[in-house]
Amino acid sequence: MSVVPNMPKSWREETKPHKFCPGCGHGLVLKALGEAIDELAIQEKVVFGCDIGCSLLSWDFFNCDSVQTHHGRTTPVVTGVKRARPDRICIAYMGDGGGYAIGAQHLVNAAARNERITAILVNNCNYGMTGGQMAPTTLPGMKTQTSPYGRDTDSMGYPTQGPEMVAAIAREGAYVARGTVANVRQLKRYIKSALQNQIDGNGFSFVEALSGCPTNWSTNAQKTWEFIEKEMPQYFKVGEIKTPGKKGE
Amino acid sequence: MLEKPIGGEKRVFMTGNEVVAWAALAAEADIMYGYPITPQNEVMHYWTRLAPKYGRSFLQTEDEISAGFTTCGGVLSGKRAFTATAGPGNILMQESMTMAEMMRIPTVLVVQQRGGPSTATVIYSQQEVTMTCFGGNGEGLRIVYSTCSHQELYDYTIKAFNVAWKYRFPVFVLGDGYQAKMRESLKMYDPATKGIKMVETQPSLGLAGVPGVDREPSHLRNTYNTEEELCEVVTNLVKEYNKVVPEVVEYETFETEVAEIVLLGHGIVTRAAQAAVKTLREQGIKVGHFRPITIHPFAADELRAICKHAKKLIVIESAQGQFERIVKEAIYGESVPMESYFKPGQGVTGEEIVEYVKKGL
Repeated sequence: MSVVPNMPKSWREETKPHKFCPGCGHGLVLKALGEAIDELAIQEKVVFGCDIGCSLLSWDFFNCDSVQTHHGRTTPVVTGVKRARPDRICIAYMGDGGGYAIGAQHLVNAAARNERITAILVNNCNYGMTGGQMAPTTLPGMKTQTSPYGRDTDSMGYPTQGPEMVAAIAREGAYVARGTVANVRQLKRYIKSALQNQIDGNGFSFVEALSGCPTNWSTNAQKTWEFIEKEMPQYFKVGEIKTPGKKGE
Repeated sequence: MLEKPIGGEKRVFMTGNEVVAWAALAAEADIMYGYPITPQNEVMHYWTRLAPKYGRSFLQTEDEISAGFTTCGGVLSGKRAFTATAGPGNILMQESMTMAEMMRIPTVLVVQQRGGPSTATVIYSQQEVTMTCFGGNGEGLRIVYSTCSHQELYDYTIKAFNVAWKYRFPVFVLGDGYQAKMRESLKMYDPATKGIKMVETQPSLGLAGVPGVDREPSHLRNTYNTEEELCEVVTNLVKEYNKVVPEVVEYETFETEVAEIVLLGHGIVTRAAQAAVKTLREQGIKVGHFRPITIHPFAADELRAICKHAKKLIVIESAQGQFERIVKEAIYGESVPMESYFKPGQGVTGEEIVEYVKKGL
C-alpha cells in the first residue's frame, strides 16, 4: 500500500513527486504557497506565472492555471494578466537571478506602480539551473562557478538586498517580507499576508524566501541547513519589512 | 460610456499613428501596453485619450521588453491586447514575440520603422524587415503586413487582430515613420458595416471553474526537455503555420502581365513604384510592379509566375537588401536577372525610379 503524504489541496498530485533536486528549498516554498492558497480558498482564481531557471519546474505544480514565461519576464507577464483580468489573483514566481538581475527593472517598476500582483522570489545565492554561477545574492567570499575564488566585493559588490530595495520603492499599501525555508510556518504566514494584500487590492506584494541549493553549493544536508540558518541571515534579515498601514523600518 | 468609436463610415484626414489608435478602437481592442519611442509615440497619445471613453485600458511599461510580455499576458487573459514600437524597441520586443510564436499567443504589434542600425534616425526606413519577419531564436512563425497608406494602416490594423485570433500566430503591421507622421485622407469605418466580424477571443489562463475539480488546469509551457520533444513541437508548429499561409498571403500587381521590367517594392515604396510604372508606361516602356502585402509569408508562387516572362527584376527598398533577401529566397532557381536600388533609411521617389529604369535600357 502506498501512502501519499499530506499535500496542499491546490497541489497537482499527478505531477508529484516534483522535479527539484533532493534538498532543494523550492518544494518547501511551494508547499507554503500551496497551503496559503488553500487557506485563502483562492485556487480557482489563481494565475501562476513561473520564471526560467529552477523555478520553471513549477509550471505544472499546482491545480491552478499556470504559464511559463522567459528568464526575468514573469513579472511583466503576470502584470499583463492582472491588468487585463483584475479579478484574478496573480502570482509571479522567480529566482534571485530572474528577479534581481535580468528582471530587476520589471520588479522595481512593478513595485513603483504598486501593481496588484504577488511576487515570490526564491533566494539561494546562485543561479541553480545553469550550474551554480554567481548571482546578485551570492554572499561575499562565496565560491561559485563564476567566482571560483570567492565573490570579491571590491569588483563584484555586495549581495542585493531585494526586499529592502522593493520596500524603498513601493508605495503605501505594499507588503514586503523576507522569510526562510528554515521557518516554513513563518514563511507561509508571509506568503498568505502577501496574497491577502492582493485580494484586498492594497498594492504590490513581495516575499523573498531564503532557500538552499545543495547541488550547486556542494553541501550535505547538515551543511546546507547551517548555511541557510546561520550564514544567509547575516546578510538577509528575516522579517516583515513593509506592511500596509505600517511604515517600513 | 460611449459604445462605438465609429458609426458607419467617416472620411478623415489624420496622421498614421492616429489612424492606428482609431483602428484598434474600431477592432474592439481591449488594452494597449506601450513604451515611448519615436516615431510610434502618437499611437499611445491618441489611445490614452480615446480609450477611457470606450472602457479600454492602457499600461505604460518600463521598457519594450515589458510592453511585449505584458501584451502576452493580456492576450493569454483572453483580451485583444496590442502594442506598438520601432527600431531599438522592436529589438527588445523580439524576445516576447518568440514566446508568442512558441505558445501560439495572438499578439498584435504595430511597427513604425525608423532608421538603423542602433539609434540612427527617428524618421523613416525599411530596415526592420528582417527583424520583424525573422527576429527570434526560431523559425519566423508570424504574419507581417507591410502597409503603404493610411487606408491600409486602418484596414490591416483591424485585420491583424482577426488574423491573430483566428490562426493564433503573432501578427505585425509593418509601417514606417512616413506613414506614422504624415497626414493623409482615408475612410474609417465600423468593421461591422463592411461585413467584418471581429473574431472572438479565448482566454488561455483564468478559465472558469476550479482547476483539477471542474476541469483540467491550463498549464502552458515553452520549455522542453529533449531534442526529440522540441523537434516534434516545432515541426507541428511549422505544419500549422504552412497550413495558414495560403489563407493569409496577400500581394498586388500593377501591369505585370506584359511587363519586361518588373519593379519589386513593399510598404510605402510601392507608391513610388506605382507612380514610376505609370510614367514609364506613358513613354511606352513595358514596366510592371509586384508588391507583397504580407511580406512574410511571401507570395512566392505568384512572383515566380512573373519571373517566367520578365526580362529583368529591380528590387527597390529603403534598406540595404533586407527585402531582396526575401525575394531571392522566394524565387530561388529562377534565371531572370535581378538588379537592386537600395537607399537605406531614405525615401524613394517615382522620379528617381523612372530615371534608374531608363538609364538601364
